[in-house]
Amino acid sequence: MSKSVLILGASSDIARAIAQKFGSEGWSLLLAGRDVEILSRDAADLRLRHNVDVAAFVFDAIDFESHKKLWDSLPGRPEGVVCVFGYLGNQEVSERNWYEARKTIDTNFTGAVSILNIAANSFEERKGGFIIGISSVAGDRGRTSNYIYGSAKAGFTAYLSGLRARLWKSGVKVTTVKPGFVATRMTEGMNTPALLTATPQQVADDVMRAYKRGRPVVYTGWFWKYIMLVIIHIPERVFRKLKL
Amino acid sequence: MLAHGWGRYPSIDAKSFTFNSEVELRARLETISSGSAIARGLGRSYGDSSLSENLLSTGRFNRFISFDGATGELVCESGVSLSEILDVFVPRGWFLPVTPGTRFVTVGGAIASDVHGKNHHNAGSLSNHVSWMDILLADGDVARCSKSERGELFLATCAGYGLTGVILRASVRLQRVETAYIRERTIRTKNLDEVLDAFDEQAGWTYSVGWIDCLARGKNLGRSVLMLGEHATRADIKESMEALRPGPVRELAVPFEFPGFFLNTFTVRAFNVAYYGKASSRERIIRYEPFFYPLDGVHNWSRIYGKRGFVQYQLVLPKESGKEGLKKILRVTASKGLGSFLAVLKLFGKEDGPYLSFAKEGYTLALDFPITSSIFVELDELDSIVKGYGGRLYPTKDSRMKKEMFLAGYPRRDKFMEIRSTVDPHRRFESLQSRRLGI
Ligand SMILES: Cc1cc2nc3c(=O)[nH]c(=O)nc-3n(C[C@H](O)[C@H](O)[C@H](O)COP(=O)(O)OP(=O)(O)OC[C@H]3O[C@@H](n4cnc5c(N)ncnc54)[C@H](O)[C@@H]3O)c2cc1C
Ligand SMILES: NC(=O)c1ccc[n+]([C@@H]2O[C@H](COP(=O)([O-])OP(=O)(O)OC[C@H]3O[C@@H](n4cnc5c(N)ncnc54)[C@H](OP(=O)(O)O)[C@@H]3O)[C@@H](O)[C@H]2O)c1
Repeated sequence: MSKSVLILGASSDIARAIAQKFGSEGWSLLLAGRDVEILSRDAADLRLRHNVDVAAFVFDAIDFESHKKLWDSLPGRPEGVVCVFGYLGNQEVSERNWYEARKTIDTNFTGAVSILNIAANSFEERKGGFIIGISSVAGDRGRTSNYIYGSAKAGFTAYLSGLRARLWKSGVKVTTVKPGFVATRMTEGMNTPALLTATPQQVADDVMRAYKRGRPVVYTGWFWKYIMLVIIHIPERVFRKLKL
Repeated sequence: MLAHGWGRYPSIDAKSFTFNSEVELRARLETISSGSAIARGLGRSYGDSSLSENLLSTGRFNRFISFDGATGELVCESGVSLSEILDVFVPRGWFLPVTPGTRFVTVGGAIASDVHGKNHHNAGSLSNHVSWMDILLADGDVARCSKSERGELFLATCAGYGLTGVILRASVRLQRVETAYIRERTIRTKNLDEVLDAFDEQAGWTYSVGWIDCLARGKNLGRSVLMLGEHATRADIKESMEALRPGPVRELAVPFEFPGFFLNTFTVRAFNVAYYGKASSRERIIRYEPFFYPLDGVHNWSRIYGKRGFVQYQLVLPKESGKEGLKKILRVTASKGLGSFLAVLKLFGKEDGPYLSFAKEGYTLALDFPITSSIFVELDELDSIVKGYGGRLYPTKDSRMKKEMFLAGYPRRDKFMEIRSTVDPHRRFESLQSRRLGI
């Protein structure tokens, strides 16, 4: 059997593009997500297109207790994990309703930590493998419009950074991918600026390239690195007046 | 968001929805609070066939479902593009049964226009090769239909322009090929009579299409190049050639609006090369891409016509009156200087079953016209010529024909309307075009 990669949150648009990318390079695919019926459709598609092994597993990021069981039920230890799931949530609701805020934090941060801890320990013991996390530019600086989501992604970015430092000695590569705007279900109807909006396929290409080159942090598209560099350095008294 | 078809005219401020399952599509349909909705594939129809206040885009609904390697039966979701099918299946020795002149259309869009290809005279239109499909109807139910099961719904949905519901899945029969190459024969003809005769004489070829030089007049009227093709067999190609080699993946964008003369210069030059080449007839082996999709190498070429956009005008005339009618149309477009330098000509075979299918036995001609202040008046005049000869226009290329013109050309419209009103009595599915044409 060829090398396999576990994709967490596999029904997301970005994850589907990532699965196509790995599939086209001959990887076996382990798709994990909440709706296996939908995942089984993607599995059939991937098998037909790329002639690779594909299996689907139930996975809920906020059902923390189930994560170990999921890991143990995988057919062998995957070569790598790509953590894609996420929840944008509704900022205004999150400000007043703790459940919405908590769901945003639990999905983007706590759930990711829970499952990736397990993967990390397993890879560390084997002394090899890779972990790629899809975080967001929203985690680079908290903004009025989405700071609950942004702070959860900031936590995730910091987590991946620490994990990278720890696992480096064991030969396990950890990559943080920070997309800007991507045209997916998450941003549908938001009228994001066309020039700054990437396709899921572009994100997948960046993920593959980052994996092959063993890059620690990548922005996608690349120009977000510079946009965020500017945003991070805007003085606080100016920043609070901006409608961002 | 501003949406338009391939001709960039007209455009409408529309909301676009995507979905990746029928459950999600149903939920989306329920959130639509005002206006009608219409399915949208890759937006390669030229005019307003896929424009409405709400667009149900199949972009994310694009999975292959199954393939039977013995029969060539491919089942897929409606957002799969013909391009993806070619990329995956040509290397395995299979080809599309029918293909339009661009590979960037979806299976759903191709069925909804009942597209034809260069092999219409022997293969018919796409609906002939669709075994069954699933449609999401206005009431949220999913109906399976084929020629034998709910046959009328099938005949209304092929060439139904999205008005009976959203095609979810379809089963299409691919054809076997030995190679990814085409044996192409080019024949130069001096005038319209010659090219029309040549179509009849060469009817044994699987693929045929003619390019007419619209600037030729007098005794040269209808001067053309006829292109014929067969799928090359293993024996046709050199032994050193890899028979089913995958083609290059091309993604060339046209980033700005070209001045209006660009495309004409481009195509006219290609024409001249073919026309004034040394032999009056020649044969060569080429890959399938340049044979079927000469314009796909230039992505977004429609922008080449500049900001105002253009209209495409595709008509079919019955075979008996066709010769005379074509001459008249060529003369009128040339004398009025409407700006089409090249036209595509093809001989169609028998009319297909779907109620609103465009193709019928006779000659079809497709012309591009850049949009000018007088173009719509001129086209109304062309319409009356087409009508006078018993012809009709292709809705998937249209953005301006009047209801009367449509009614005259499509006598089976009443049957279509009968089915449409049973499956969508409240007209949830409508396009700008369906309102204009009264369907
Ligand atoms: C360069 C070029 C060459 C062409 N050559 C040919 C040719 O040789 N022969 C030919 O026949 N046509 C030709 N066409 C026209 C093209 O094949 C049709 O317009 C086709 O329908 C476009 O498909 P689409 O996926 O882009 O659909 P769209 O343009 O988005 O939609 C077309 C129609 O299909 C409907 N539709 C789309 N998806 C669905 C669905 N899932 N369920 C129900 N309805 C749906 C829409 O509502 C609309 O009425 C050509 C077009 C171009 C740009
Ligand atoms: N789109 C953007 O502009 C953008 C920008 C920066 C970063 N990102 C990040 O990119 C990632 C992918 O998002 P996307 O744009 O592809 O949007 P998407 O299609 O909406 O993907 C979100 C995915 O997360 C999954 N998910 C949510 N809660 C979950 C849970 N509790 N357990 C398991 N899975 C859960 C969803 O699963 P279901 O299918 O079951 O709902 C869905 O597949 C996310 O992490 C997102 O934050 C996106």
